[in-house]
Amino acid sequence: MPGSTRACVMNRSERRRPRAMVLAAALIAVLVLLALFGPEASPYSYSALDWAHLSIPPGLTAEHWLGTDSLGRDLYVRTVYGLRLSLIIGVLATAVSVLIGVAWGTLAGWVGGRLDAWMMRVVDVLYALPYLFIVLILAALFGRGNLAVLLLAIGAVGWLTLARVVRAQTLSLKRREFIEAARAAGLSGPQVLWRHVLPNLAGSIAVYATLMVPQMIVYESFLSFLGLGVEPPRASLGSLINAGARQMLTAPWLLLVPAGVLIVLLLSFNILGDGLRDVLDPTRR
Amino acid sequence: MLGYALRRIAGIVPVLLILLTVSFFVIRLAPGGPFASGRALPARTRAELERLYGLNRPLLVQYGDYLRALAHGNLGPSYSMRDETVAGLIASGLPVSAALGLAALALAVLSGVPLGVRAALRRDGALDRSLAVFAALTLALPSFVTGPLLALAFGLWLRWLPVAGWQPDTPRDLILPAVTLALPLSASIARLMRASLLEVLGASYIRTARARGLGRARVLWRHALRPALVPVVSYLGPAATYLVTGSLVVETVFELPGTGRYLVQGAIDRDYTLVMGMVLVYGTLTLLANLAADLIHAWLDPRVRHEPL
Amino acid sequence: MSSIQPDGECGAEQRERLLGIEELRVRFPGAGRAAVDGVSLSVRRGECLGVVGESGAGKSLTFLAALGLLPEGAEVSGRVRLGPQEVLGLSERALDRIRGRRVGVIFQDPMSSLTPHLTIGAQLAEPIARHSGLGRRAARARAQALLERVQLPDAARSMRQYPHELSGGMRQRAMIAIALACEPELLIADEPTTALDVTLQAQILALLAQFKREQRMGLVLITHDFGAVAGVADRLAVMRAGEVIESGPVAAVLKHPGEPYTRELLRAAGEPPAAQPPRAAGADGAAPVLSVEGLEVRFRYAAGLFRRRSWRALEAVTLTLGAGQSLGVVGESGCGKTTLTRAALRLIRAERGQVLWLGQNPAQLSARRIRRLRRDLQLIFQDPLGSLDPHLSVEQLVSEPLEIHQSGLSAAQRRERVHAMLARVGLEAALYARRAHELSGGQCQRVGIARAMILAPRLLVCDEPLSALDVRAQRQIRLLLAELSAEQGASLLFVSHDLALVRHLCERALVLYLGRMVELGPTDALFARPLHPYTRELIEAIALPDPDLQPARLAKVRLGEPRRLEQPGGCAFRMRCAHATAVCAERIPPWVSAGQGRWVACHHFSDWADDMLSG
Ligand SMILES: Nc1ncnc2c1ncn2[C@@H]1O[C@H](COP(=O)(O)OP(=O)(O)OP(=O)(O)O)[C@@H](O)[C@H]1O
Ligand code: SF4
Ligand SMILES: [Mg+2]
Repeated sequence: MPGSTRACVMNRSERRRPRAMVLAAALIAVLVLLALFGPEASPYSYSALDWAHLSIPPGLTAEHWLGTDSLGRDLYVRTVYGLRLSLIIGVLATAVSVLIGVAWGTLAGWVGGRLDAWMMRVVDVLYALPYLFIVLILAALFGRGNLAVLLLAIGAVGWLTLARVVRAQTLSLKRREFIEAARAAGLSGPQVLWRHVLPNLAGSIAVYATLMVPQMIVYESFLSFLGLGVEPPRASLGSLINAGARQMLTAPWLLLVPAGVLIVLLLSFNILGDGLRDVLDPTRR
Repeated sequence: MLGYALRRIAGIVPVLLILLTVSFFVIRLAPGGPFASGRALPARTRAELERLYGLNRPLLVQYGDYLRALAHGNLGPSYSMRDETVAGLIASGLPVSAALGLAALALAVLSGVPLGVRAALRRDGALDRSLAVFAALTLALPSFVTGPLLALAFGLWLRWLPVAGWQPDTPRDLILPAVTLALPLSASIARLMRASLLEVLGASYIRTARARGLGRARVLWRHALRPALVPVVSYLGPAATYLVTGSLVVETVFELPGTGRYLVQGAIDRDYTLVMGMVLVYGTLTLLANLAADLIHAWLDPRVRHEPL
Repeated sequence: MSSIQPDGECGAEQRERLLGIEELRVRFPGAGRAAVDGVSLSVRRGECLGVVGESGAGKSLTFLAALGLLPEGAEVSGRVRLGPQEVLGLSERALDRIRGRRVGVIFQDPMSSLTPHLTIGAQLAEPIARHSGLGRRAARARAQALLERVQLPDAARSMRQYPHELSGGMRQRAMIAIALACEPELLIADEPTTALDVTLQAQILALLAQFKREQRMGLVLITHDFGAVAGVADRLAVMRAGEVIESGPVAAVLKHPGEPYTRELLRAAGEPPAAQPPRAAGADGAAPVLSVEGLEVRFRYAAGLFRRRSWRALEAVTLTLGAGQSLGVVGESGCGKTTLTRAALRLIRAERGQVLWLGQNPAQLSARRIRRLRRDLQLIFQDPLGSLDPHLSVEQLVSEPLEIHQSGLSAAQRRERVHAMLARVGLEAALYARRAHELSGGQCQRVGIARAMILAPRLLVCDEPLSALDVRAQRQIRLLLAELSAEQGASLLFVSHDLALVRHLCERALVLYLGRMVELGPTDALFARPLHPYTRELIEAIALPDPDLQPARLAKVRLGEPRRLEQPGGCAFRMRCAHATAVCAERIPPWVSAGQGRWVACHHFSDWADDMLSG
């Protein structure tokens, strides 16, 4: 039975996977809820200055339980607000990437021939470039503080890998006999794509999308860190970390709190994605 | 093999040209100009300067001029830092950036490959399991988070290493930045190495080699390692891209006088020639790294050489 | 259960014994039962032990244990002695002095069993240098001599080649050379011919038999093919589910099998063809179901950076298949059988020629009409698992053709039809919700058949539907195919490299060689009196499970690797043909009738046809 042989080749870390995955999913849910309702649930606003409480360290009993920055702004509100922004940008940029990547990859893989060669050449060339660099230039030139441009710029980066993966899978699906079987059974081209190709791609697309969200969050934070992302007084996790790093001598909590949230967020998405890959990968079943 | 290499090298030039062309026009599309932003220059001085640098002529002519100058190895003057040439700026910053990048690469390869091999050979052992945790952590953390955290821990709390700044004669200054840059790279390489070695060790030609009584060491070195290195080598291209962007952050965090700062500042100041210079340098670097990866791949795997391009 | 007699009771035989396995058990942690469960076997010098059984019977594991090559985590107990030395529990280092030096191994798949980045010469010289202490140059010289002994056409060149640059047969020869490099006392051949063509299979087996004779080594031949065993082995052990259920001299076991299981396997392997089931004959004057005329297919490939070349995979193929008729297409791997089926169904583009489906020319029909016609032309594939969409359940898979072609049916009607069809092909209701990867190969192929037959097609095209299955499943599926196609009155186009199989199913057979038709005729006549030298070679290569006939037939097989012609000018077969003359190199032999419904393409067939046809 396939089940029993699988049991004996599985190693310990793989068997632990489901639990880690559930934990990661739960953490993501908590963070999403925080991002959705956190800012409004607090009495403070992300931009309100409190001159009476400048650079207060965290304390559970204090008015600002995660402390304040040098302008007296509440760190909890700023962090959950930054989390909200980071998540929005991460998810939307991923959506942009997935859309472009899947369309590009399936088209190239399905049509094949010259079109495929040409489309993949484009991807190769873009891939060999320091793309984040180009995004950086674009953001510096056009996008300072402009969320839409930022989103497009980041989203335009991620689709390359996905396009490659999707194309490779479409190509190998196309060579599989069951696709030929579908054509021999009298299905039309679009019917084959819709009924047999896309459902078989769905698993890996889900995995890549899950793994792409944290990447996109990192890109956004990276741009914000360099001062090219959101404009103050708004905050994203990246700009908070940047500000915190400058004051880490005097107020380390300003670095540690947003960095901690970012770490948990990224780790959870990565663990979830890896776990999904193991579950969905048909070769491992 | 030689033919393959030559063909690949020839392939770089057009890509670089496209990159330069696109960059040239995109930069010009941005609102503002080198002498318009921030500084309050009298209109006459501005016009004077623009005439001096040829910025008033048609864009296509400027593009031709730029390429012609480039063909003679001239990258032009910097617009934002008067009295400096782009070549001079790059020449002063590149040694620092290159030292940082190479140190990080060496660190990552020299730690990642043995770690991965060891983890694969002792699967599920203590090292293997710690590697999984280490990889998950460092891969999730962007360097602008690890950098400050490492500086906080080793520089401020433990006071082992300098936190920031640069004295050309003390390589100690490079340790923290290089480690910061190398950490995720090392983790990726170790993970790739582990996975691919495990796969190769399961291949039936390894079983055949063992069945010939060649001995463990020889099977590992001669039959398993070379094919197992293929994914690691292919990763060199993405790794170079990572190093280029990562060094930007690390240089900022640790206040190193590398070339990274020129890019962002140059773009904000609309210092056209400086940005173009940076695009040229970093573009060439990444393209060459990708090329090197492909060539090593072809050397490692004889089947690749015959594949049509 | 075990009917084995302990052998080697007297002292003389004890000395002769090379390998003695006693009460060997191999178990994987977490698995329910032991994979090898108390196996006792022995091999003597100069003797070949054949080990037969279905996949998963534990054949390979038994002998891997003897080399310390079991997968990690396996628990082993029992005794394995090589000569007087106990092998189980030896250190890796001590094992390395046995492996390659005293025991050589050949594995099933020559493609994946050679290290891809090392040349054949390097891989061959390596064990020689290590075990015999020869210098580099001497080791390479010996390596080249070995390659010549296994009949590689150009040994000096092959030394410098990488595995991917050799053909399948050449690779398996190189594997044999490597295994024999240090003149081992014992050679273990684990399914050495399974991945190869009939003709190559015969050559490799003949080669092994020759080495066994000349070197007086012990040989273990693991296979699922009784024909292979009959030709080479002296003794035979039949394994099932980790146990040896029967063993003894090969003639005794094959002629008087004791166990019902052995009888069943043997029946599946050597059944004489039954009388063809009566078929619903097509009405006279009705258009043939499929007719193909002058079909030519070319494949393009990149030759260098910009140049693209093409070569012919199929040339001038013409055939007609009337309603209710059956036609087999045979030939070795790469001869264009699959290409022919795909081009006939217009799944790939033909360069030239015309195809008619039920008398209509699809080239003149709209894409819609073509799709509608397809319901009458169904295809069954070689790879049972690969031809089923992994994300659909058995029920969904079988109901898809109905959804496409009979969209008028209600969901309930559809379900009823699907269930009836699934029951007809012998699948239980418990399986309906499963996905393909949860089924065995035979079950997958049943699903494929149900999917094809549910629309009651007029033509069923089968592309090697049995070659991925084990002997018993092969027989069951073969019977099912014959029954169903006869029942529904469908015509059958059956592709296989196995001439014996075609004989079971088809009235007529077409032989292809390198993309050209070489012979066509009624199957029985073709078998009894092959007209084309290639057909004869194919028939001679069939391994019969008959220990009296098979060794002699095997001894007649020519050992050399057939050299292929890049651009055949005259007869494509002339490099392999014993009857070739000057004409054969100049002109392509014409396709001519030989009477009695037989056609052949050979300049000289009349030289031997007359005596044969009359005598
Ligand atoms: N898509 C393709 N591109 C190039 N060559 C191909 C392609 N498909 C098949 N060929 C080649 O065409 C020839 C005929 O192939 P085909 O698959 O018809 O052989 P076959 O007789 O079915 O072999 P087998 O018994 O191995 O299935 C082979 O040499 C094969 O390598
Ligand atoms: S034509 Fe000549 S070479 Fe070809 S099969 Fe006949 S005799 Fe042989
Ligand atoms: Mg085929």
